[in-house]
Amino acid sequence: MSGVDLRICHLYPDLLNLYGDRGNLMTLAGRARWRGVEVRIDEHGLREPLRPDEHDLYFIGGGEDRQQRLAAEDLRAVKGPALKDAAASGAVILAVCGGYQLLGHYYRPSEGEDLVGLGLLDLITEHPGPAAPRLIGNIVIRASILGGATLVGFENHGGRTRLGPGARPLGEVVSGSGNNGVDRTEGAVAGHVYGTYLHGPLLPKNPRFADHLISAALRRRHGEVTLAALDDSLEEDAHGAALARAAVR
Amino acid sequence: MPMPDLRLTAAIIAGKTVAALSRALGAGGGTTMPGRVAQGLAPDVTARLARALQHGTVIVTGTNGKTTASRLISHILGIAGLISVHNRAGANLAAGIAAALVQHSTTGGEPRGDVGVFEVDEATLPLVHEALRPRAIVLTNLFRDQLDRYGEIDIIAGRWRATLGGLDRSAAVVFNADDPLVSEVGTQYPGVRLAFGIEDDSCGLGTLEHSADARYCYRCGVPYHYATVYFGHMGVYRCPQCGTSRPTPLVSAREVTNRGLEGTAFLLSTPQGSMHVSTTLPGVYNVHNVLAASACCLHLGVALEAIARGIGTFTPAFGRAERVRVNGRAAVLLLAKNPAGFNEVLRTMLRAEGTVALIAINDLTADGRDISWLWDVDFEMLAGRADRLVVSGIRAEDMALRLKYAGVDPSVMTVEKDLARALDAAAGASNGRPLYILPTYTAMLQLRKILQRRGAVRGFWED
Repeated sequence: MSGVDLRICHLYPDLLNLYGDRGNLMTLAGRARWRGVEVRIDEHGLREPLRPDEHDLYFIGGGEDRQQRLAAEDLRAVKGPALKDAAASGAVILAVCGGYQLLGHYYRPSEGEDLVGLGLLDLITEHPGPAAPRLIGNIVIRASILGGATLVGFENHGGRTRLGPGARPLGEVVSGSGNNGVDRTEGAVAGHVYGTYLHGPLLPKNPRFADHLISAALRRRHGEVTLAALDDSLEEDAHGAALARAAVR
Repeated sequence: MPMPDLRLTAAIIAGKTVAALSRALGAGGGTTMPGRVAQGLAPDVTARLARALQHGTVIVTGTNGKTTASRLISHILGIAGLISVHNRAGANLAAGIAAALVQHSTTGGEPRGDVGVFEVDEATLPLVHEALRPRAIVLTNLFRDQLDRYGEIDIIAGRWRATLGGLDRSAAVVFNADDPLVSEVGTQYPGVRLAFGIEDDSCGLGTLEHSADARYCYRCGVPYHYATVYFGHMGVYRCPQCGTSRPTPLVSAREVTNRGLEGTAFLLSTPQGSMHVSTTLPGVYNVHNVLAASACCLHLGVALEAIARGIGTFTPAFGRAERVRVNGRAAVLLLAKNPAGFNEVLRTMLRAEGTVALIAINDLTADGRDISWLWDVDFEMLAGRADRLVVSGIRAEDMALRLKYAGVDPSVMTVEKDLARALDAAAGASNGRPLYILPTYTAMLQLRKILQRRGAVRGFWED
């Protein structure tokens, strides 16, 4: 596929990298390259500004409280406006766990001040206090954007997220807790902005979702690009093993 | 003569009975349940029995190296003529410590030993230090490990800080100067401090690995500058903003010679003088374990000569570079439980040519249920360098997928979920070459059980 290239931006790779998040980048890059797409991954850390037209896909992972606060301040002060412009122009944003929380309006921790988010997703996240259990375990959801196909992963979060009318859930919880452990929603989607609590990491075992993101990201500069089928037998086995681990048939 | 405490006696007898039953029924070592039963009858059983130990107790805690360092301490103390009461099998939660004490006491509560050596789970430390009243606490390192159970390493460091704040000032804190987070905790302790570390730039990797955890200054949040990185976030570091830097270690390793799986040799430098030592424990990470044990034993008054002799005569704990035979073939068991440890094991293994390895990944509670850490291990170093890889365990498929993305040729990889059949496949493929077995914790216990049935190794509680 000569002439087709994908430009990926990995935000805060050395701050937000708690749950094997680089596996998501490996998957995006690998699955694009196996189709002959040229891939460039740029890493943008603290204090490094963004150009809104430079990247097709942005990834933000999860981190510990201290790192998440550093990233939140930088996201608002340094990268926020460019990221919003990029989203408006059709770039794809994928955010996992802590990064997902920062795309909402705010994250209210169990102690300390609120972290003000970017508001790219219409949602809020609140920690119910140190006595409340963290939501931890294998999780399976059905993703409406994939025609109800399952997404598998692991979740581990204290904050409870609630969606506003401007965001749709990424999926419905089949097994696990999801956004808040109550309303059976998981993650959020608005346009091409995706947020989720699923790590594991998310994309290696969910190749259809990875391809969905790659297609959407390529569309911005290259129009509709048909992605050739790949041998996903190892991916499907790992997906199946994760379904079994979550006791889903 | 004081009245025997019937409640304590009952607790000890009940604990011993449960342990004997567990073994008789073939249920395993009975390393935890006897402690639970004894604690149920006498909640203060740990404190009562620990305080009867004439030479007091020491605690070893941290993410990696607890079992090896505490076994080495126990071995050195043995050379110095002291018998240890020790949770040798690695049952390191409160009940495991109680079980070890019960097992090594008479029914009247008299200890059959002189000194307590306890490895303690890093999150359990605050729950047991008051009962144990340690003479020394050894802090080995803090890596991200089992995130589903512990959360974040900053939280563990915070608990340690609180624990040290309540410690009797005469107790020593022996800590790893090369780990910035551990060092930050250790240097704030107002009592006796004993820092250990490596003083040899030739052990450095050059750059920080992907899995490096604590690379931001605890005070300022800016990245440390590293003059040398040994592995993970271990190294010689300095914060460019506040100037916090690695403390100079009192006990250090100099002139380190790395002989791969055969072990290391180095000059052990201490306030009591220096001696050349050699150990069969492989890898730079085990140099830290040897230093931790040496510093602890020096504080307990053991002579440097006895320490050096202990280091030279020590054999590894089960699953830690343990030599075993699989279907008559020579094999080495190397426990791999988190990214930093796994990278070190891979580097040590790859010093030999033509690697054949069995990688067994489980996701039970003791392994960590979240296996996303596999993506933080640098399996890329295996690409093109492994002759045969057999992948097994509950999450064999995840491991196989990780190896695919690491660039490992699918034709050298076999997925066999059943551990016994995976052992056979790996042994068959080894064909005269050494076989490396890299399991997570519970996979290691299961593999040893299979090998034990085949008569190749002893039970871990007999070890």
